[in-house]
Amino acid sequence: MLNRYPLWKYLLVLLVLFVGLLYALPNLYPEDPAVQISSARGDLALDANQVNRLESALENAGIAVKASEQDGGTTLIRLRHADDQLPARELIAERVNDDYVVAINLAESTPDWLAGLGASPMTLGLDLRGGVHFLLEVDMNAALTQRLEVNASAMRELLRDERIRYRGTEIEGRTLTLAFIDEEDRDNARRLIARDFPDFDYQNLGEGRGAALAMTLSEQAVNEIQDYAINQNLTTLRNRVNELGVAEPMVQRQGPNRIVVELPGVQDTAAAKRVVGATANLEFRLEARPDTPDAETERFAFRNAPSRSADLMRDVIITGDSVSSANHSFDENGRPQVNINLDGTGGTLMNRATRTNIGRNMAVLFIEHKTRDRVVLENGEEVVVREPYTERGLISLATIQSALGNSFRITGLDSPTEAAELALLLRSGSLAAPIYFVQERTIGPSLGQDNIDRGVMSVMIGLLLVVLFMLVRYKVFGVIANLALAINLVLLVAAMSLLGATLTLPGIAGIVLTLGMAVDANVLIFERIREELRGGLSVQQAIHAGYERAFTSIVDANITTLLVAVILFSIGTGPVKGFAVTLSLGILTSLFTALMVTRAMVNLTHGGKPLKTLRI
Amino acid sequence: MKSLVNRQFDFMGKRRLAFAISGVMLLVSIASLLLQQLNLGLDFTGGTLVEVRYAAAPTLDAVRQTLEDAGFRDVSVQTFGAATEVLIRLQQAFDAEVGNQVVALLREGGSGVDLVRAEFVGAQVGDQLRDQSGLGLLVALGIVMLYVAFRFQYKFAIGALLALIHDVIIVVGAFALFQWEFDLTVLAALLAVIGYSLNDTIVVYDRIRETIRTSRIDDMPAIFNEAINLTLSRTLATSGTTLLVLLALLVLGGDMIHYFSIALIIGIVVGTFSSIYVSAALLLAVKLNREDLIPAKKEDPEAEELP
Repeated sequence: MLNRYPLWKYLLVLLVLFVGLLYALPNLYPEDPAVQISSARGDLALDANQVNRLESALENAGIAVKASEQDGGTTLIRLRHADDQLPARELIAERVNDDYVVAINLAESTPDWLAGLGASPMTLGLDLRGGVHFLLEVDMNAALTQRLEVNASAMRELLRDERIRYRGTEIEGRTLTLAFIDEEDRDNARRLIARDFPDFDYQNLGEGRGAALAMTLSEQAVNEIQDYAINQNLTTLRNRVNELGVAEPMVQRQGPNRIVVELPGVQDTAAAKRVVGATANLEFRLEARPDTPDAETERFAFRNAPSRSADLMRDVIITGDSVSSANHSFDENGRPQVNINLDGTGGTLMNRATRTNIGRNMAVLFIEHKTRDRVVLENGEEVVVREPYTERGLISLATIQSALGNSFRITGLDSPTEAAELALLLRSGSLAAPIYFVQERTIGPSLGQDNIDRGVMSVMIGLLLVVLFMLVRYKVFGVIANLALAINLVLLVAAMSLLGATLTLPGIAGIVLTLGMAVDANVLIFERIREELRGGLSVQQAIHAGYERAFTSIVDANITTLLVAVILFSIGTGPVKGFAVTLSLGILTSLFTALMVTRAMVNLTHGGKPLKTLRI
Repeated sequence: MKSLVNRQFDFMGKRRLAFAISGVMLLVSIASLLLQQLNLGLDFTGGTLVEVRYAAAPTLDAVRQTLEDAGFRDVSVQTFGAATEVLIRLQQAFDAEVGNQVVALLREGGSGVDLVRAEFVGAQVGDQLRDQSGLGLLVALGIVMLYVAFRFQYKFAIGALLALIHDVIIVVGAFALFQWEFDLTVLAALLAVIGYSLNDTIVVYDRIRETIRTSRIDDMPAIFNEAINLTLSRTLATSGTTLLVLLALLVLGGDMIHYFSIALIIGIVVGTFSSIYVSAALLLAVKLNREDLIPAKKEDPEAEELP
């Protein structure tokens, strides 16, 4: 018989619908404003007593607590009102020590039974919840130069050990050039170096007193160095971002040399940028003796008193990379200080250097890689050139009282904030290569809420208009198409939630557009049914033929649009991607609703009945 | 609207007029693209943009003066949506704190100022994005053409491609003509227009193919007219619903998707027009005939019995 579905098809439609509803459901539960307290080291959870004390402190301050829960090292305190979030965070941060990171967060309130099924609401993009987006570029040339410098000093040491005389080293691009007195030294050096440094391509240059050895990093070695630099930077940035106390941060590689950092909810962009982009490091060096030859010393000014300066040895005892943990506090006089713990090797080196130099001064040198933009004239055009430069300044110069071991403290910092940031940087590690900000977006929270309100509003109005239009034009079939449209929206939301897609403003626009286009398939079918009726077919035959003949048009038209959406996704970034995801999912769900769901409804209501006329 | 269906419009008879209209629109678009160029947004040019909200509406000249006195070059200040929201653009290269500096500067003026958003795009990123987007558009067009050639026939693919290029040029041309800002969301809209216009074209083509196979006459313009008339009410209904939704977006969606909606509205109007007058009429120009569809007949054994 015409227009009857086998039972399994109805069941399939019902099943999809049920699953769709289930996974769309979490979006109806509003998120709770919350404060998240996580352990900086990953394992030290707050105990129940501490949590109770925090809760009562919050209650005393007039902040209503909804609930609190613990999951591994993380404690989540849910609040009743969003306005309380910031004061609650400050209050809690005062009461827990440096080992914990306190962040504001929006906690899902999906009921347990739903969460157990893996259902969760859509994540909101930065444009909807506010926050900062950074695009950072890793300076690959600097990474190469750094590596070459390390190699150069290792080679010089090797040559010194073997008593081969060399005149100097020069680094240009990816090539390191060593100059020698004569060819014999050069050839000996080449044999030695080539054995230990397989990453280079070697080439002899010049002769006699001009003999030199050019060593160029191989393509493969360059790739490895670059990969290493970006991965190391990713790790460091993740550590830092975690330390910043941001809930759900994102740190991701993009392309060969870029890193995207997204920090939802962060409003103080200046602080976020200082920490994310900071390239600060420390060096510990001994102060030069009055009789030290000039070639072995360097003069540095104090950071907070540029008129004072001191001569330091060129040799570095250790750098900040040897720090295993660091936190800030105040000394007896209330001045900020940073307490440092060194790792094993660092501790040994520090002990060896200080043991034999009791009574001498040791300096702590603060090093920062910065860039400045300079406008230069190039072929008559103004071009902005980015110039990297390094700032080095003494932060402390103190007498070694006794041999130092693994832990000690440094003072001489400007402010508690500086001490806190230095401690943070030392904890999270330094960057393997300098990074630059190439893109930055800050979305205020008010704009985010505004965008949500406007987006939801236009979806509602748009939907309403389409529903009215379909009712007027297709009567009973209009009701069916409208039901399908509602189901389409549910399925789309469910698919986006299930895939963990991020909802952005262009994403909402994509939903709206999909809804407008979703009725297209139904319109095609209904128009075709009308036409077949006019052509003299019976009601049942017309319905059957309408679906049958509209099928190829619908599939062709949607596949081509889907192709465009997929291309959009693959070339797009950020907002364009969000739009593409919504559009593609929307096409798929609207294909399903138009071809299966409306058919099921039409079959159920009209199929198999001896109808004389059709209200369409 | 029902009455439209039964009446036969002689679409193909007016195709010369339509070609003339398309020609004029294309000329104006290309001319304004060449003469005025696109007003590219921050995404493509690089630069700094700061949006702030004042408690009370400021005078723009005062804001501009404050910033210029502080040494910012090439400052553009305009209101954005409401009189209290001010959008500040700086061509100047990026300095780590520009966003905060601007807000701090404006706060010194006394009235309450809140940062709504701050964006910075490096010039290099902008350049790359521009190249990437152009490439993306070309790839999209190429793949779509292959698909149409595969599903229909190469003459259809040429028609569809020219129709899409027609639509893209006119939408982009409108942005150049009125100097509307062309940013990433507009690019997304442009790609959606391609998808939409193609959707329209395919529906018309599908019907043309079907009508050619089933009709017994060889008068192509008449066949085209019939096919287009048959799909007309569908075309109007779909464009109508989509336009309704887009109008809702335009009016209620806020400033950040204002130009997105405009691009789509223009694109859908032009796309509907082009699916009839460019893609279908071009099939006449490339002399499509029944034999072109013979390979397709093999898919359908019944069709082979047709004369």
